[in-house]
Amino acid sequence: MKSLSNRSKVVSDKNMTLLEGAYLPAVVKGLGITLKHFFRRPATLKYPEEQREFTEVYRGKHVLKRDENGAERCTACGLCAVSCPAEAITMVAAERKNGEEHLYREEKYAAIYEINMLRCIFCGLCEEACPKEAIFLTKEIAPADYEREEFIYGKDKLVEGVEPAKRIDVSKRQDR
Amino acid sequence: MSLLKVTIDGKTIEVEPGTTILQAARQIGPDVAPPAMCYYTKLKTSGGYCRTCLVKVTKGSEKDPRPMPKLVASCRTTVMDGMEVQNYSSEEVVEARKGVVEFLLINHPLDCPICDQAGECHLQDLSYENGRSKSRYEFKRRTFEKIDIGEKIQLHMTRCILCYRCVKVADQLTPGRVHGVINRGEVAEISTYIQNAVDNEFSGNMIDVCPVGALTDKTFRFKSRVWFLKPVDAHRDCDQCSGKAVVWKYGNEIYRVTGRKDQWGEVDEWICNTCRFEKKSPSDWVEEGPRKINRHSVISQNHYGSKTRFVASPESLPQKQLS
Repeated sequence: MKSLSNRSKVVSDKNMTLLEGAYLPAVVKGLGITLKHFFRRPATLKYPEEQREFTEVYRGKHVLKRDENGAERCTACGLCAVSCPAEAITMVAAERKNGEEHLYREEKYAAIYEINMLRCIFCGLCEEACPKEAIFLTKEIAPADYEREEFIYGKDKLVEGVEPAKRIDVSKRQDR
Repeated sequence: MSLLKVTIDGKTIEVEPGTTILQAARQIGPDVAPPAMCYYTKLKTSGGYCRTCLVKVTKGSEKDPRPMPKLVASCRTTVMDGMEVQNYSSEEVVEARKGVVEFLLINHPLDCPICDQAGECHLQDLSYENGRSKSRYEFKRRTFEKIDIGEKIQLHMTRCILCYRCVKVADQLTPGRVHGVINRGEVAEISTYIQNAVDNEFSGNMIDVCPVGALTDKTFRFKSRVWFLKPVDAHRDCDQCSGKAVVWKYGNEIYRVTGRKDQWGEVDEWICNTCRFEKKSPSDWVEEGPRKINRHSVISQNHYGSKTRFVASPESLPQKQLS
């Protein structure tokens, strides 16, 4: 059968020449390749002391944004969950009560909002689907952990802080 | 009586005398059927309010072939023998319908992310298929406080497009109506007579006939979104209604019960309030099987491996499969 990639080599069992049979030139050649890599730029970094430079629109851990008054923008419409190809997002909606206007922007809000980070493929479709500009992917990396349960991020990990210092800037992802 | 021949968008059909253009177009198929927001086959005297079903009559009849001078509401115009009608094939109709959609959306809020009707809303479909993507309206939109019509129904007048369907339900389905439309024109609104509760056993059907999210089920309010639920045909023995309904399930839990809607979004058989609001235990219902949902509907999105059957509409299939 013809190869699909056109890169396969036909194996033959011909006898080695004298030079090949001496092995030493091949050993030197191999050492040469090893030595060459001492002077190459390493492929890895000394994380976490060193960090790789990220693009401005890197898709990392999600954030649930608040509006300028500190109220949560998410209204639990479920469009992120239905657009999610990995089915990583679940939510439970609740109705805003009187006096909670400073907490939630709309009359409906997400009482529970969970993203399973083990399922998430960081495609950014949730952000694309969001009609309220509530969910964004940030430059932050979702950290590793020992327990599977810890990867289910609730609102405690996703919603940004109210204080200006704790706000997460997503303007680069908005401007695209 | 002989059948009348009518041609809509180049497709000819023979219909009974007295048939409206809209009904004739529906008999031909969804390709030529004009959209309708207020007309409801099962409600007498409905139609004629929303103007979304406007069509152009290019030939009045065989005897009088003059075209009609203006676009006509197809839900209220009966066919004549030899009539020729243009719907989607007429630029004028498409443009006029865009205008109608813009008018319907003038006071309609953009709160689809909150609205329980989103995903099965006729106005959403209509504006998506026939409307502009932007509104040119610059003035303040009218808003209302939410009103409870009875214990189980909520009226959110801000979303209402005044189609009068719910009023017709109250008139024709329930004796002694307690709600209707007060005021006129821009300030017209659906209202109950001095906030009287609608406590008729069939009042819940006004939720199903409402094309938008103005009348919603309070027992389902904010519980879920329609596209997370699995619609299943089910029936039960009911001494008041046919008991044939659709139960919307999430896992084994029944979130809400609605009537069975046909291709045109109209309820086949009215169901009573007991079935709709009080029977939410799986043991109350005998399941018949998953409901057929068009695979382009948002309700069929993202149901990997679920048992819901999603049927492909013929025009969505690649031509090869059809031939």
